[in-house]
Order: sequence, then structure tokens, then C-alpha cells
Amino acid sequence: MIQRLFLAALLLVGMAASGCGDSRSHSNAVYMLVDTSGTYAQEAGKAQVIINYLLGTLQAGDSLMVARVTSRSFSEKDIIAKVTFDSRPSQANAQKRAFKDQIDAYVKTVRGTAYTDITGGLIQGAQFLNETGAGTKTIIIFSDMQEELDKVTVRNFPISLKNIRIIAVNVVKLKTDNVDPRRYLGRLDAWQKRVEGAGASEWRVINDLERLDAIFSKS
Amino acid sequence: MTGSEYWMVWPDNTAVSVLFLLLVAMAFLYAARKPVHHLIGSLGFLISGPLRIGARWLLAAANDMTQRNKAVLLAHGRQEVGQRIEREFERLGAMVTRDLQGYPALQRKLLDEITRVEEDYKKCGEVPPPPPDWVEAVTAMANVKSTGNEMVQKVLGEINRSVTTIHDKALADYRRAYETRHKILEGFMPFWRSLDKTMAQVDKKLTGLQDSTAAVDGHMAKYEQINAKTDKAEHALTVSAFTQFAIAFLVMAVASGGAFINFKLIALPMSEMVGAGDYITGSLRTSEVAALVIIFVEASMGLFLMEALRITHLFPRIANLNEHMRHRMMWIALTLLVTLAGIEAALALMRDMLIADKQALLHSLATVQQAAAADGWVARIPTAGQMLLGFILPFALAFVAIPLESLIYSTRTVGGVLLAGLVRTLAFVLRILGNLARRLSRVLINLYDVVIVLPLLIEHLVKAPRVRALGKSKRGGDADELREQSR
Repeated sequence: MIQRLFLAALLLVGMAASGCGDSRSHSNAVYMLVDTSGTYAQEAGKAQVIINYLLGTLQAGDSLMVARVTSRSFSEKDIIAKVTFDSRPSQANAQKRAFKDQIDAYVKTVRGTAYTDITGGLIQGAQFLNETGAGTKTIIIFSDMQEELDKVTVRNFPISLKNIRIIAVNVVKLKTDNVDPRRYLGRLDAWQKRVEGAGASEWRVINDLERLDAIFSKS
Repeated sequence: MTGSEYWMVWPDNTAVSVLFLLLVAMAFLYAARKPVHHLIGSLGFLISGPLRIGARWLLAAANDMTQRNKAVLLAHGRQEVGQRIEREFERLGAMVTRDLQGYPALQRKLLDEITRVEEDYKKCGEVPPPPPDWVEAVTAMANVKSTGNEMVQKVLGEINRSVTTIHDKALADYRRAYETRHKILEGFMPFWRSLDKTMAQVDKKLTGLQDSTAAVDGHMAKYEQINAKTDKAEHALTVSAFTQFAIAFLVMAVASGGAFINFKLIALPMSEMVGAGDYITGSLRTSEVAALVIIFVEASMGLFLMEALRITHLFPRIANLNEHMRHRMMWIALTLLVTLAGIEAALALMRDMLIADKQALLHSLATVQQAAAADGWVARIPTAGQMLLGFILPFALAFVAIPLESLIYSTRTVGGVLLAGLVRTLAFVLRILGNLARRLSRVLINLYDVVIVLPLLIEHLVKAPRVRALGKSKRGGDADELREQSR
């Protein structure tokens, strides 16, 4: 009897010593880059669909940030909206409504930019995601993945996307891609190599907006 | 000579080389026969010995376990049957107090009715008045001989008329008296009926009493068997324990289903209290653990309530509390249970509200707007149902204490029997393995002899004449001895 009590006490002490909890973060953090360059700005409605999907899927305690891809995207000014949902579901729902209103307001006033700086957006997204300390970090790039930089912008250096999932959504084909599909495939391959080289945990392309559940599914 | 032919004595002739080596090996094996036999035998013993000792030890442990199980089973059975007998006696006492406390009044009533019936009977038994004195005079007159005298005939005629008149009057009186008696007898009927009813009541009560005493007799017989530690009693108790275990397990499974529904009802709203982002383990949220804790606390309160009500007897300390403290504990447990049930009802309402809010949000996020459902009284039914369920389930869970007690007590017996069976099986397996090892060593010894059959044959041929000679001399010696004895 004394032995059993001793074992039970030992177990309790062990549990107390280990903190009796999982210290790892189980929350999700999503950083979405919305390309607004040139004609792609017309696709903003689709971006809204994806954001709505994210709002419906993300749980209390998760984080969501939406930023635009402009001529130079490595700037806080390009962040359209960001939120970390409250741990209480009722408060989180209220925050989601407010977030939706912000996005709706932005979509109405979206303007196209001359250049497309995806790399700058990625660097900024990685910084923000790392600050959240979330367990799962995801950058969603809503773009045709055609990066166009002005002459003074420098982005040809190694970047770090360690432990971040990169998902390219709605990568539409350009006119030149239609002439030579190898350009499109080559572009995607080049991005895959670049993000995987930067330490990204996953690279995925989702073109069918009916299959958005693949954003959070593990490969 | 290649590397693989180094063993060949005559490299050109493999067969001869092999034969030569075989013969050499055989010679060596023959020389080492006794030590090898001894070695194989020792190895066999080395393996089989501990196995057999282990089997014996396990068998002894199983027997010890069985004895201990029997002692516990009989003690538990004795306690249970003792309690049942106690309860039967209490019931019997209550029955005697209830049914037979009115017995003096009943007896008085019966005596009154019997006295009245006797009085009436006596009244019925009254004889008619005796004939008047002049009957003798009439008899004397009747004896007078009729001689044809007119005077006498006239007197006789007169007498006849008077007697006839008196006879008619007496007859009428007699009939009236009988009529009165019949009326009295008719008055008996209600008393007889009352008597009959009273007697039937007494009979019924006594039969009930007899049945109860028969039940007590049955329990007493069982108690005596348990006290005598008979195998029959042990078998009956074991079967009963297995049945109890199966029933309790089934009820506990049903209760687990109830607890799961309860958990589903409060897990989501608990995230509103303790947060949805905290995790205890990789997949277990703190809110889910909090919901489980609430359910376990409810079950514990139910357990304490049942203990305080003396329905279960899992905690002797609670059972030994004085009446005042026990009542206090019962009220505390009940109050906590009601409070928790109220909290659960509120959480169930919150769950419904959260789901509705989430649905509204998803509705607003959807690209294709669906028609909103009508918010009538029908939509309130699930909410009310959830609240009611949230309030009732804690009380339903409280009754889990009863099958839990049965499960705990019967698990001791069932587990003991199964463990003893397992240990016995293990002992059997060890014994088989031990025997197998010993037999295997003998088989190996025989196999060894088969390998060196040629030297053994030579040994046999060499030793046979010697043995025969030895046999003859021994037989001769025996015959001389017999001859000596016959002399």
C-alpha cells in the first residue's frame, strides 16, 4: 500500500516537474501576400475568397496577416490588415468580422502597381511569422509569380524561410506562358528551388480555388 | 591446392578423403563419448531444472492465489449475504409491526363477533313452551270408554273443539317463534361475512410473513454454506461475481456514452473560459481537459452522495460518520451537484450561442449567400434540449457509483480468477518446456550414438564374448547356489 502511494506521489511530482503541459505552440500563423501589380490587380476578388476561407478556418489563438505585393514590398505600410485572434471563440469571431470589413474596404480601393516585389514580401512575411511564435507558419502568395523589379531594388541575395510553408495560390498563366508553357513551369520550378533553398518546410501550388482545404493539409 | 581443398588428405580423391576424415572424427567422437553424453545431459538438466522449479513455484503461487481469492470471495459473500439477511429481518420486523400491531384489536373484534354469534345462536336454540297441564286431563278423558252416552259424547265433542282451537293457537305461536329465529339467523350473515373477511386478511398477512421467513431461510442456508466454506458456495459466488462484472461493465459502458455526450456539450464552451489555444499534450486542449475534470468532479460528487445515502459502501470513513455529519455531507454533495448541473446547463446554452455565432460568421463569409433559417420556436427546441440534457446528465452520472462499486468488487474476483488461470497456464508452459529440454537432451545423446555407430558396433563385437563368458560363469554360480540351497 505504501509502495503504491509512493508511486502515485512520484507520478504526481513528475507531472508537476514537467510543467504538466505542452509548451509547444499549436497555433497557426498565416501571412498572405496579395499581388496588385498590373493586370493581376483585377484578381483581387479571388483574393477576398481566399481570405474569407482563412477567416472561416483559422481558430482562436491563430494569427492572420494580409499584405500587398507592390513595387517594393519590404515595408510595414504594405500590410493591409493583421490580427491575432483572441483565445475566446466569441471574441475571435468578432475580430474576424472586423478583419473582413477591413479587407472588403481594401478590395474596393485596390490599385495596380508598376513592379512586383515578391521577395521583399516574403522577407517581411517571414519576419512577422517568426515573431508570432506560432507552431505552424504559412506564407500564401496570391500572385502569378512573375517577379519584376525596378533597377534600384536589390533582391538577389539569400533569404531565410526556415520552417515556413510557402503556398502559391492562383498562379495564372501569362500570355507568354501560353506561347511557351515551359516558361510557366520553369518559373514555378525556379521559385520552388529558391524557397526550398531558403529553408522552407514545404512548397505547394494551388490553382483550383475549390481546393483551398489543401492550404492546411499536411503533405 | 585451392583454398577450399586444404582439408583433403588426398586431394585427388575426395571420397577417400571424406571417408578418412569421417573415420578420424568418429574415433575422436567415440573417445569423447562419455564426457559429451555427460555434457548434453547436464545441459538438458541445466535448462529443464530451473524451468521445472519455476513451474512448481508458479503452481504454488497460483494455489496460494486461489486460496486468497477464495478467502476474499467468501468474506465478501458473507458480508453481502449478512447484509441481505439483516435487510430481510428489517423488512420482516416492519411487516410484523405494520400487520400484527393491530392484532389485539383484531382479536377483540373477532371475540365480539363470536360472542354475538353465540348469543344469537342461543336465542335460536330456545325450545317452544311446554304443553299446558291440562294435557294430562285430556289424556284421562281420552281414556274414558265411549258407551254411546250422549252426555259423554257431548263433553268429548266440546273437549275436541277446545283442543283443536288451542292446537291451532299453539301451532301459530310455534310458527311465529320459528319465524323470529329465522330472522335472527338471517341477522348472522353480516357477522359471518365480517368474520370470513377478517380471517382472510389474517391469512394473507400470515402467508406474506411465511414467504419472508422462507426468503430468510434461503439466505440463512446460503450464509451457512459460505461459513462452511463449501465449494458449492464458492462456485456460486464466483459465477455471481462474473455476472455482476458483466452487468456492471455494460452499465459503465452506457454511462461512458453519457459522459462522452456530456463532454461534447461542454468542451466547446469551456474554451471560452480557459482559452482555446492551450494544449496539455500534442492533441489534447486544456479546455477539453477542463471539461473532463468537470465531468469527473460531477461523478465524484455523485459518488459521495451515494455514499452519504448509504447506497454504496466504497468509503468506510463516510459510512462510519455519525448521522449528523452524514446528513451534512449528503446536503453538501447534493448542493455541489445541483450547482454543477446548473453550470452545465449554462455551458450548453453558451455552446449553442457560440455555434450560432460561428454559423452567422461563416454565412457572412460565404460567397454564395444562403437563405437564413427561420428563427421560430422550433429553432429553440435544440437549445432547450441541450440545456435540459446538460442539467440532467450530471444526476444520471451520479448513479454510476452503483455499477462502479459492483465493478470494483467483482473485478477483484474476476481478476483474481483470471490471474490464477494465467499463472497456471504459465506454469504448464514452463513444465512442458522443461520436459522438452530434458527429452531433447536424450534425443541428442541418441543422435550422438547414431553418428558414432561404427565404433560402437566394434565395441559391441569386442565386448560380446566377454559378456557371454561373464554371463555363463554367473549362471553357473547361480546354479551352484541353488543346489546348495536345495540340499
